[in-house]
Amino acid sequence: MRTAVIVFPGSNRERDMRLALGGSFGEDPVMVWHRDTDLPKADLIVLPGGFSYGDYLRAGAMAANSPILREVKARADAGVHVLGVCNGFQILTETGLLPGALMRNADLRFVCRDVHLKVERADTAFTGGFRAGDVLRCPVAHHDGNYFADAGTLDALEGEGRVAVRYCDETGAPTEAANPNGSQRNIAGIYNERLNVLGMMPHPEDAVHPLLGGLGGKPLFDGMAAGVGDAA
Amino acid sequence: MDAQENHVTPDIIAGHGLTSEEYDKILEILGRAPNLTELGVFSVMWSEHCSYKSSKKWLKTLPTDGPRVICGPGENAGVVDIGDGLAAIFKMESHNHPSFIEPYQGAATGVGGILRDVFTMGARPVANMNALRFGDPRHPRTRHLVAGVVAGIGGYGNCVGVPTVGGETNFHTRYDGNILVNAMTVGIAEADGIFYSAATGTGNPVVYVGSKTGRDGIHGATMASAEFNEDSEEKRPTVQVGDPFTEKLLIEACLELMATGAIVAIQDMGAAGLTSSSFEMASKGGVGVELDLDQVPAREDGMTAYEFLLSESQERMLMVLKPGSEERARAIMEKWELDFAVVGHLTDTGRMVVRHHGEIAADLPIDPLALASPEYDRPWVPAPKQPILAADEVPEIAPPDALKTLMGCPDLASRRWIWEQYDHLIMGDTVQRPGGDAAVVRIQGANGAVTGKALAITTDVTPRYCLADPEEGAKQAVAEAWRNLTAVGATPLAVTDNMNFGNPEKPDIMGQFVGCVNGIRRACEALDFPVVSGNVSLYNETAGTAILPTPAIGAVGLLDRYDGSAGIAVRDEGLSLVLIGGTSGHLGQSLYLRELLNREEGAPPPVDLAAERRNGDLVRRLIAEGKVAACHDLSDGGLLVAAAEMALAGNTGVSIGVPDGVAAHAWLFGEDQARYLIAAGDAEAVLSAAESAGVTAAEIGNSGGDAVTVDGAPVALDDLRRIHESWLPGYMAGS
Repeated sequence: MRTAVIVFPGSNRERDMRLALGGSFGEDPVMVWHRDTDLPKADLIVLPGGFSYGDYLRAGAMAANSPILREVKARADAGVHVLGVCNGFQILTETGLLPGALMRNADLRFVCRDVHLKVERADTAFTGGFRAGDVLRCPVAHHDGNYFADAGTLDALEGEGRVAVRYCDETGAPTEAANPNGSQRNIAGIYNERLNVLGMMPHPEDAVHPLLGGLGGKPLFDGMAAGVGDAA
Repeated sequence: MDAQENHVTPDIIAGHGLTSEEYDKILEILGRAPNLTELGVFSVMWSEHCSYKSSKKWLKTLPTDGPRVICGPGENAGVVDIGDGLAAIFKMESHNHPSFIEPYQGAATGVGGILRDVFTMGARPVANMNALRFGDPRHPRTRHLVAGVVAGIGGYGNCVGVPTVGGETNFHTRYDGNILVNAMTVGIAEADGIFYSAATGTGNPVVYVGSKTGRDGIHGATMASAEFNEDSEEKRPTVQVGDPFTEKLLIEACLELMATGAIVAIQDMGAAGLTSSSFEMASKGGVGVELDLDQVPAREDGMTAYEFLLSESQERMLMVLKPGSEERARAIMEKWELDFAVVGHLTDTGRMVVRHHGEIAADLPIDPLALASPEYDRPWVPAPKQPILAADEVPEIAPPDALKTLMGCPDLASRRWIWEQYDHLIMGDTVQRPGGDAAVVRIQGANGAVTGKALAITTDVTPRYCLADPEEGAKQAVAEAWRNLTAVGATPLAVTDNMNFGNPEKPDIMGQFVGCVNGIRRACEALDFPVVSGNVSLYNETAGTAILPTPAIGAVGLLDRYDGSAGIAVRDEGLSLVLIGGTSGHLGQSLYLRELLNREEGAPPPVDLAAERRNGDLVRRLIAEGKVAACHDLSDGGLLVAAAEMALAGNTGVSIGVPDGVAAHAWLFGEDQARYLIAAGDAEAVLSAAESAGVTAAEIGNSGGDAVTVDGAPVALDDLRRIHESWLPGYMAGS
C-alpha cells in the first residue's frame, strides 16, 4: 500500500502526516514536492495542512492552480483516494473537487483546541476503522475553517450521505457550543460524490498517540490502510 | 553621494543618539569626519540595543559555563548538549517598543527574529514561548494591545509551523505606556552540526539570502535605545513588517543548504540589518569585507547606501560560502523561491568597504567599531529594602471568597483565550500543553525522527517582587523557572535571560538592573543553571515612568523519557495532597494583598536556594520513581490557588485542612518559595522519602468530590471554572 503527501511551499503539517501514515500503513509516504511533475503511483494521495504559498490570496487558492494539482485531480477522477486536511481541504474546495468554501472563522480568530467529531458513516474507504455514530476527539488549528455552502448544496450533501464528520459535544450532539468556527450545520468534513475524496478541517494526524493528543485519529488511518487499496 | 549628504551637523549627530564624547571617539577612530552613511553605521552599532554599553559590565559576571554548555552568550543563541548527539539551541529576545507602536507587526517580527537566531545556528525550531506584560486592563489602550500582540504572535508562529507551547502574561499599570513582548524559540540541532557567525577565508564569497531589502525598520535599533514620549506614534514607520511564509521557506532552505556543507559562516540580519550582521561576522573572524550594494536585492528603486545599510527588512540572511559552492547554494534558494545574491567577498584588510553606484559609500575599520564600542559604568543606587509584613498586619478574608476573587483576577485568570490562538500542537510532539508549569515537547532527532526524550520549557519572572527587592526578585525568577521545570519531572539545563528595564542613566533604575543581575548570578550559581544567551532592553519608559524591573527568565530542561513527565491535573479521587517545602505564610507582595486589599507593599518572599535545590531534587526523583500522580509549583496566589488549579485541570475536587496554630490566610495565600503541591496515591512513600532527604513535607488533604473545600467550606468546581475562564474572554469582548 503506497501513500503520497504533496508538499507545497508553506505546507507545515507534512511531518505530522508522515508519522501518522507511517504508523498505520507500515511504510512512510512518498513526499512529493509541488514542482515535481510526475506523481508516483499511490493508493492514497494526501494534501497536508499549512499555509501553501502563504495563503495570501485565499487559503488554498494558489495551490489549487498549481501543476501538481492537475495531476491530483486526474487521479481523483480515476478513482484514487485523496485526503485533504485543513489547508488540504481548502485546496480541494478551491479546485472544485469538493463543493463549498472555507471562510474565516466566525469569531475572526485563529483557533487551536481539541474538538469532538461525529463520524456520520463507517462504510467508506476512509472510515472503516469506526462504527457509524462514533465520537472521536482530535484538534483543530485554523483561521479559515468556517464551512459554507448554499442550502441546496448542504441538503444534497446530507441527502447523499456526503457529510463525513460533524463538530459535536462528547455525547455526539451537534451543538452550537461544540462548533469552533461557525461552520454550516456543524460540518467538519465532506466527501465527493464518488466517496473517494475526503476533505476535513480537523487534524486526525495529531491524535494518533496516547500521550500526544490521544488516539482519536488513529482509527481513521488504520481504516484507510485497510480500505483505500480497494479502488482504482 | 552628493556633498550635502556628506555633511554631518551637530543636530544630525544628536538625532542619531550619539553623545559628543561618542562622536569624538568616532573622529579618533577614523582620523576624519564620517559621512552620513558612516555616521549611521556607528549610531546603530553603538546603540544600547546592539552594543550593550550600559549592561555589559554587569552581564560579564553571570555564570555561563557548565558541563552541558556547547556555546554560551555571544553567538546568535545558546547551545546545550542534550545527549544522543543532539543539542538544544535557544534564546529569548524582546520586541517591546515596536509592539507598543504597532502590536501585530511588532509582536510578529519579534517571533520571526528569534526564530532566525535559532535556525541560523543549524537548529530546526521546535517550540516557541513568550513572556508578555501589558498595562492595567482599565487603561484604554490595553485591550487593543493584547488583541494585536496575541494575533501577531499567532499569525507568525502558526504560519511558520512552529508550535507556541506556552508563556506568561501579566497586567500592571506600570506597563501602560510601554508593554513588554519577549519571545523565545527553542530548536534542536545535531551537536556536531552547529553553525557560527565568524567569517573566515580571504576571498570567500559573501552572499545575501531571503527577502528583498526595503526602507522598513530603519533605525529600529536606535528607537529601541531611547525613551518613549507622546510623539512615539510617529515612529510607526520604523516598525518592520514580517512575512512568515518567507520565513518558513528560509528555514527549509537554510537547513537544506547547511546539510550540503557549503556554509562557512552565517548570521541573520536582525537589529541594524546588513550593518550589524556584516560587522559582527567580520569582527569575529578577524577579516575584512567588501560589499557592493548594487548587488543587494532591493524592493524599491532609489535606495541610498544609508538606507541599504540600516534597513531592518525581515527574513534576510548573510552567509559566507566556501568558494565554488555559489551555484549549488543558488539552486537551493531558487527551489525555495528566495532571493540569492553574491554581494561581496572577504578581504584581509580588517576594513569594511561598501560600494554603491561604483563609488565608495563607506570605508570603516571593523574591530575599532565592533569591539571598541563604549562601555559605561553607570552610577547606581541600591533599591531601598522593604520591611517584612507580618501576617497580623494583613486582614483575614474568608478563604472561599478570597479564592474566588483571586482565580478571576487578571494575573491569575485562565489564559485559554490567548493560547487557543496559538497552534500549540503542530509538529505532533507536544506532550504537555499550555496551562501547566512547563511545556513538554518530545525531541525530534535527525530528519524528523522520533526519540524517547523530551524538553521542558518555561518563562518566568514576578516583576512586583523585583521592584520591591531587585536581587531577591531576580533570584525568585530563576528559582521559579527551575521549579517549573522540576515540577514536570525535568532536569533543568540552562537559562536565557531577557532583561527589561527603564532608563539606565537614572541611578535608581541602574540600581534595579545591578540588583537583578546579582540575583540571577546567585541563583544560577547555586542551582548549576548557566545563562547561555540573553537580551537586554533598556529605556522602557514613557513620559518618565519606568516599567517594573522585569528580568524574564526562559529556561530549558531535559526529560529522559517523554512518557515520564508529571502534569498539574488531579484526575482521580482518593489521592493524598502532600505539601513539599516549609510555609511561613509570607504575605508581603502577594496577590492576596494586592487583589483583595489593594496593597502592594512589603518585602517579597525570601528565596532559600539551598532549600530550592533540596526540595526540587526530591520532587524530581519522586516523579521519576512514579510516586507522583500530579505536581504543581506554588507561586502567585499561594497554596490554595495551586490546589484549585490542579482540581480544575483534572476536574476532580480537593479538600484541604488548615493546620492548627497557623494564620489561615497566611498559610493558604502566602507566597513562600521552594514549595510544590503533590497528589500521590501513597502519601507515606512521599513523606518518608522527604524525611530521609531532610525536606519539610506534610499531608494536607485529599482529592474527591466536585469542589475545592477548605476546613469544610466548599467552592464548587463549576463556579470556580466559570470565574477562572470568563475573565479574559469577557474583557476582550469589552464586557
